[in-house]
Amino acid sequence: MPETVLRLKGITKRFGAQLANDDISFALQKGEVIALLGENGAGKTTLMNILFGHYTADSGTVEVMGTALPPGHPRAALAAGVGMVHQHFTLADNLTVAENILLGTRPLWRLGQGDARARIRDLARRFGLEVDPAARVADLAVGERQRVEILKALWRDARILILDEPTAVLTPQETEALFRTLRLAVAQGLSIVFISHKLREVLAVSDRVLVLRHGRLVGEVRTRDTDRHQLARLMVGADLPTQEIPPVPEGPPLLELRAVSAPGLSAIDLTLRGGRITGLAGVSGNGQSALAALIAGTLAPTSGEMQAAGLPAGPGWSPQAAIARGIARIPEDRHRTGTIAAMTLTENAILEAYGRPPFSHRSWIDWRAARSFAEEIIAGYDVRCPGPDTRISLLSGGNMQKLILGRALSPEPRMILANQPTRGLDVGAVAYVHARLLEARARGAAILLISEDLDEVQALSDEIRVISAGRLSPSFPRGTTSQAELGAWMAGHGFDHAA
Amino acid sequence: MRLEPIAAPTPARLLGLPLAALALTLAIGAALAALAGANPLAVFGLILKGAAGSRFALLETLNRATPLIFTGLAVAVAFRARLWNIGAEAQLYAGALTTVLLGTGAVAAPAPLLLPLLALTAFAAGAVLLLGPAFLKVRFGVDEVVTTLLLNFIMLLFVSMLLEGPLKDPLSLGWPQSPALVPDARLPRLVSGLRLHWGFALALAAALVTWAIMARTTLGFEMRAVGENPAAAAFAGMPVPRVLLRTAILSGGLAGLAGFSEVAGLKGNLTLDLSPGFGYTGIIVAMLAMLHPLGVVVAGVFVAGVFVGADSMSRAAGVPSYIADILVATALLTMVAALKLTRFRIRSG
Amino acid sequence: MEHLDILLTASFWAAVLRIASPLIFATMGELICERAGVLNLGIEGIMVIGAFTGWFAVYAGLPLWAGVATALLAGMAFGLLHGLLTVPLGLSQHVVGLGITLLATAAASYAYRLALPRVTTPPRIDPFQPLPLPGALAQTPLTYLAFLTVAVTAFVLARTPLGLAIRAVGENPQAVEAQGLSVTALRLGAVTIGSGLMAVGGAFLTLSAFSSFFFEMVNGRGWICIALVVFGAWHPGRALLGALLFAAFDAYQIRLQQTLGAAIPYQVFLMLPYALSILALVIMSRRARVPAALMTPYNRGER
Repeated sequence: MPETVLRLKGITKRFGAQLANDDISFALQKGEVIALLGENGAGKTTLMNILFGHYTADSGTVEVMGTALPPGHPRAALAAGVGMVHQHFTLADNLTVAENILLGTRPLWRLGQGDARARIRDLARRFGLEVDPAARVADLAVGERQRVEILKALWRDARILILDEPTAVLTPQETEALFRTLRLAVAQGLSIVFISHKLREVLAVSDRVLVLRHGRLVGEVRTRDTDRHQLARLMVGADLPTQEIPPVPEGPPLLELRAVSAPGLSAIDLTLRGGRITGLAGVSGNGQSALAALIAGTLAPTSGEMQAAGLPAGPGWSPQAAIARGIARIPEDRHRTGTIAAMTLTENAILEAYGRPPFSHRSWIDWRAARSFAEEIIAGYDVRCPGPDTRISLLSGGNMQKLILGRALSPEPRMILANQPTRGLDVGAVAYVHARLLEARARGAAILLISEDLDEVQALSDEIRVISAGRLSPSFPRGTTSQAELGAWMAGHGFDHAA
Repeated sequence: MRLEPIAAPTPARLLGLPLAALALTLAIGAALAALAGANPLAVFGLILKGAAGSRFALLETLNRATPLIFTGLAVAVAFRARLWNIGAEAQLYAGALTTVLLGTGAVAAPAPLLLPLLALTAFAAGAVLLLGPAFLKVRFGVDEVVTTLLLNFIMLLFVSMLLEGPLKDPLSLGWPQSPALVPDARLPRLVSGLRLHWGFALALAAALVTWAIMARTTLGFEMRAVGENPAAAAFAGMPVPRVLLRTAILSGGLAGLAGFSEVAGLKGNLTLDLSPGFGYTGIIVAMLAMLHPLGVVVAGVFVAGVFVGADSMSRAAGVPSYIADILVATALLTMVAALKLTRFRIRSG
Repeated sequence: MEHLDILLTASFWAAVLRIASPLIFATMGELICERAGVLNLGIEGIMVIGAFTGWFAVYAGLPLWAGVATALLAGMAFGLLHGLLTVPLGLSQHVVGLGITLLATAAASYAYRLALPRVTTPPRIDPFQPLPLPGALAQTPLTYLAFLTVAVTAFVLARTPLGLAIRAVGENPQAVEAQGLSVTALRLGAVTIGSGLMAVGGAFLTLSAFSSFFFEMVNGRGWICIALVVFGAWHPGRALLGALLFAAFDAYQIRLQQTLGAAIPYQVFLMLPYALSILALVIMSRRARVPAALMTPYNRGER
């Protein structure tokens, strides 16, 4: 008889009108790895935040080792042996590794860092999590930070480990190392909940898969009895839509970078041609942001040559200059840089073009023109909202992204920077964004698609470039490269010859 | 415990909470009055009477409201762009200073020329004074809260130095005050025979213009965008540093006009007690108006009424007039809390 | 008297320590608040309320140390109010801080007028006396308490789990919550304690330096302390150094004023401390590492 370590019963949670978790129940056995699979927004993270006590459920209970947890108390969850590795790391940059691990684990007055460091080293060795306890977190790479997150849980003798999208920031090699750590943990009697939307990883690491869709548990299968297709169908509720990529004649080079360097980038050569989608693959934090900033105009090259629409982009390179050259920009973070939460749809719609007719004449804004532009976007890009005077913060991520898409694409730009254009969107919205990008491609626009989702890059791109440590790989035309090869480039292999 | 946004607040919530804030403020005022041994109702009655009980009282309130509207506008404009201008006091004195420098005989011109010139230089002086901290903020990342605050002290000492030195009125018998403005440099009375002067009309006009700028112009749009989300504003191509510097010009200028209006309209000369903290009270006015330029007029008159009324109440009832300061500070704190709670509810866990 | 000889006299250094003491208390108070992620612009008013309540308690017949305790409690009360508005309610720290300063200043003025309606010369109390030590060391116990406060603050922040939690909550509140600690409790506690220290700094003025209370006696010292926290890069030791440097400069300008007073208006000397603070801010702003979550309210379950 297997021992049940964790049992969730009837968890329900609403955020306003949205039902994030709908009567979810499951049990986790000792030494088992459960994968919680679902799209972004399916309710996985909410569920785990309830389990950990960050949120309180509207109804339902959480039992650990047969005892009910008091809702809303992370401290109780920690004490009961639940450890959580958050998707957004919860580390204080100004503290050392050891300090982050010890935080909240000691009585008020005695810290005793000395012997703690030795024990942390020992623990790290046992689970294959090499990291220096004395290092400051600010100086660590992403993969190392994740190891600290895991060590935090292990230090507290966690018996249940919850990992929320742990591989999003890792190279394929680091992901393998993480899986080895998880196997070591299971061998030492821990139980694991692994949250992911990546089918391949779920199949590789779990014993059992629970599938969430729109806040409901829609399927539970043994991993050895299932396959990609079944899981995908469960996750999406239908077969995955496949995108037709019609051939389009190749246009002239529109955006060219010759040996361009900037903070985080070294000697980039890149040509974007009309009618072509160039996909940029890579592990996050390898220079994608800098390259995007360069094209968006928020960063100027320190050396090298950059040409947009045949004209050099020199020292005066700025967002205004980029927009004036006809570069449409879809920013990476629609909340932080793409929109202004407290403003209306109308105001957000003219955020880039407010200084030009028809939206303003001699510094006076024509709000009527602005409003009708917003209405055009709402209608033309299927933005679901009460109206153009709604605050944009009330929109879902997908609708927010559609407004940004409309703002960027309605002037029919010749160049498009699409930085993580589908991050966090549901399947319908993803397909919509893809269709619009392909439409622009058919119109002859040059598109740079930056995405962490390798499947997306491979599906849409006419050619793929891999970015690693600020360097670009050679170009791989569509269909000439396997994921394994791209993975090797992402991990930095092959660049020595290329450089 | 955490805050959860309310998608559609009920009218009861939207009205009830600010009313509750007002009630709490009044309750605290009543307790303070009782502490002073006075009948709270009588005290409130006297404040009301002193603020608006007669034509004279009402005009006195509007007179007091005039500098508060200017400084309130200055703060509202700056805070919209999240430029924390706490230096309206100094900017007011800068405007007052140029007014007496040019208006005591240095420039001879008829009133229709001289008054606009004085107003413009006062605007410019206030603007320049805030441009310094704004520049330090955009160029070196120096927090403008502290720099503008410290400039208040420096400016007051500077004025004191001038009033005891080159600007001292030789006829003032040792009292540090400037000579009087020439008659052409005085703003005429708005109502003949009573103290209310054209400065009040100028303040109303300033509120209208500021409102138009904020709501209708590209600069106003940029200021609001930069205030709400500088990263998004910069990404959209807005020149964030330039917007902040322009905000500083507008904000500092409006506060400078307060100095011009007080000197040219009310006092006729410059002394060290020209402003009993109008620059700081302007922050309360702006916040009570929720940073809306037209709301500043209402809030300015309200706050001025409390002060004027409390002064007259204090003479009659013996309750210290500082009760007005407590009332407006309490009103500010309870009101910002109430307004937040109209949009969020507190949930446990 | 030669200008540099001033620096060699014991009375000069005694003045330095005396001038620095209130700044040290209040700077440590502000530093604790900011390390926890809360900018406390109530500091100026809280110093005023500390100066008043401390003085008034002694004037009413309580012993001097009870006056200090009264100031501490009054400061903590206003700090708690500041904390409740800015931490769980997440209101703008700028607005609330300035509101607290206005409220506390007004409350002190009102209470003073209420207690002494017709007094024109502020009544005096018997203040703390200097300890019988030689030279510049002849300071009141409050000055020694100020230095002790720095040592305790530095030790708690650097060496204890509580200090670790305060440093973490000002950097990344999520990290604190994920480790089972309460962000609200830590920040409320830090603001309350910090505000208490600010009030003790204010009480130093009435109980140790001047022996009576008058309006405007704090006169921008609170704002200077905010500059000193930046100057000290949020480290107690460096902030202490800043306060001492500042006080030395202030004491020096007072003496220069006596020798050069005829040639240069005294206001120029009085301006120097404020100008110096601005200069210090300009120099340090680019170097110091600000606590990452400073001025950012934290709401559970929000990212």
